[in-house]
Amino acid sequence: MLLDRQSLGYGAAPVLTGVSFALAPGERVALLGCSGAGKTTLLGALYDALLAEGNRVALVPQEQGLVPQLSVLRNALMGRLDDHGALYNLTNLVRPRAKDRAGVGEVLSTLGLSPQMDRTVEGLSGGQKQRVALARALWRGGDVLLGDEPVSALDETQGSEILNHIAARFDRVVLALHDVDQALGFATRVVGLKDGRVVMDAAPAEIARARIEALYA
Amino acid sequence: MPERLSRLQVTAGLFVLALLVLPFADLTLAGHDPRGVLWRMVQGFLAPDFTAVEHIGRALVLTVMFAVAGVAAGGVAGLIMAPFYDHPWLRAFCIALRSVHELFWALLLLQVLGVSALTGVLAIALPYAGIFAKVFAEHLEEADQRPSRALPRGTDGLSRFLYARAPLALAPMRIYALYRLECGLRSSAVLGFIGLPTLGFQLDSFFRQGEYDAASAIMILYVALIASIRLWMRWRLVPVWILAAVVVLTTLQSPPMGQGALWRFLSEDIVPAPLRDGWDGAALAEWLGHILSAEALPGLIATLICAQIALVLTGAVAFFSFGLIVPRVSGRFGAVAGHFMLVVLRSFPEYMLAYLFVQVFGPSMLPAILALSLHNGAIIGHLLGRQAEALCPELRADAPRGVTLWAWELMPRLYGSFLALCLYRWEIILRETAVMGLLGVMTLGFYIDSAMAELRLDRAIILLIIAGGLTAAIDSMSRAIRRRLGTGALRRMPQETLLGERA
Repeated sequence: MLLDRQSLGYGAAPVLTGVSFALAPGERVALLGCSGAGKTTLLGALYDALLAEGNRVALVPQEQGLVPQLSVLRNALMGRLDDHGALYNLTNLVRPRAKDRAGVGEVLSTLGLSPQMDRTVEGLSGGQKQRVALARALWRGGDVLLGDEPVSALDETQGSEILNHIAARFDRVVLALHDVDQALGFATRVVGLKDGRVVMDAAPAEIARARIEALYA
Repeated sequence: MPERLSRLQVTAGLFVLALLVLPFADLTLAGHDPRGVLWRMVQGFLAPDFTAVEHIGRALVLTVMFAVAGVAAGGVAGLIMAPFYDHPWLRAFCIALRSVHELFWALLLLQVLGVSALTGVLAIALPYAGIFAKVFAEHLEEADQRPSRALPRGTDGLSRFLYARAPLALAPMRIYALYRLECGLRSSAVLGFIGLPTLGFQLDSFFRQGEYDAASAIMILYVALIASIRLWMRWRLVPVWILAAVVVLTTLQSPPMGQGALWRFLSEDIVPAPLRDGWDGAALAEWLGHILSAEALPGLIATLICAQIALVLTGAVAFFSFGLIVPRVSGRFGAVAGHFMLVVLRSFPEYMLAYLFVQVFGPSMLPAILALSLHNGAIIGHLLGRQAEALCPELRADAPRGVTLWAWELMPRLYGSFLALCLYRWEIILRETAVMGLLGVMTLGFYIDSAMAELRLDRAIILLIIAGGLTAAIDSMSRAIRRRLGTGALRRMPQETLLGERA
């Protein structure tokens, strides 16, 4: 059990109350709910809980957290900084090693970013930046991926392709998504948040469309 | 102090304070034949003589080399300290470094290292390291924190800093470093007045020989040097400049110092006189009491009086001059002339201007106040003028022009910014006022200089600590007032804009 009847949020007024959450092997969870429902808060709590259990977690935050002045390659390399010592990272910053470059190159090609590898992030479009944040998470790899609207700036086809790729690379995935069809196509389990509570937690096939629409009402 | 202060209250408070201290200010004309000196100076300045090119060239080159070496050393030290600036001990150390003026540092270092290259470099590098550490820490703090949060939790501190913190703060740091180099050129020039082989030294010797035409030439070249800084200081060329500085400064001839000067300085010279033969509490108290009552207190009072009047006059100069560089106010030609005037006034350090005025008026508070208010007023006027220029395209189409625009549209919008800038420079004005003592004005620097001249370094140290404490106190006072004015956005002034660049 990652979370057991917990209240989540900042300060006196919690954003979510009474949240229990477990993540079984092979599960792909989509978080649904209107903005402000607490998806980001829940992801933050899951991140801490998964790390406490000793998992290797890859993260795609909503605000991406890229360093605009550095190249796409270096931003992606940041996914594995904790695997190496400061000296390795320092020399890699000055001149990335060939094997790291090749590894990131593979990730970038699956994301359609190969031509931009050595360009700085500040010159990229919104969709390209989002894919750089995904590249960082994919290069990190690990047991679990947590993503907060990770494909919101991409078109539907590209977004779905990347979601499939994520599903193939990570054992467990939790994503906050706003495109309901995309979520139902991707997830093995859908969690709905409304009014500070988890109001829905089931497999996509078991959920009536009307219940999902009620989340956004 | 009340929770909030209005702009009117702050203005009136500073103004009334200046009026109250005015009767106690020594504004006498002590110069011998001021009109004659002024006339000869004007004649000399109108007909600059560049024939002493060898002396002039050497002074200019060394001025640049000392500035480059000092700013580079201070910048690197500041960069190393910046990430740890939150630590209270480091913060206190940096405050101590920067509250002592470059000239005071140089006077101290002269005792240990003599008239050597290292004295000049360290005199700039030490206070600048304290300033750089503070400003770079602010740049790091204001940069986007989200990339750092997105890194894997186990990332080590150095990698976190190099990948996700430093790249984000690099752009403002670069602009600030260039601005600091401009300051460094002024500091370096002024170090010449106390014997280092930079521009001040050459200027002083020209003046002593009455060669005003050669002095004029060197000052024209100096202004040109500062005005063209962006042309010759390119980021690619930084290593070349640093290498040149190292080569030139290491080959500089300097008179040898006696063996063990540093040890004598630390173990004997700076130990309070009554304690040199063992602990004597009563003698120490008497010694300290004498310094405080006969030197520190009169110096402190004179410094505060002089700085207060200079602050208000600085405000007046800025208030009336900033419109001069706005074409919509002063016309296209007027704006060019205004720019020229402000560039000249802000290129010359306060100390050098004061030196010129002392030649004319003699050593009273008058030259110090004039120099401080012209230089600082020109800097604030320039910054405000640039803000005003940025405002102009946003004005309504039927907005007035000329003085009406200045009074009705620009002044009201920029008054808060104006006041914050004046308060920000309060600390700087005070630091400079103390140093004016070296020119014979009776501020703290006068007593420090006399103590050094009599080789009573123990006294000089006490007075330096007092001067530093005063600067730090005014700094925190200014910050408290600025906070209560609600000019939070102006917490750190956009000094970057001095160079006409924006982050």
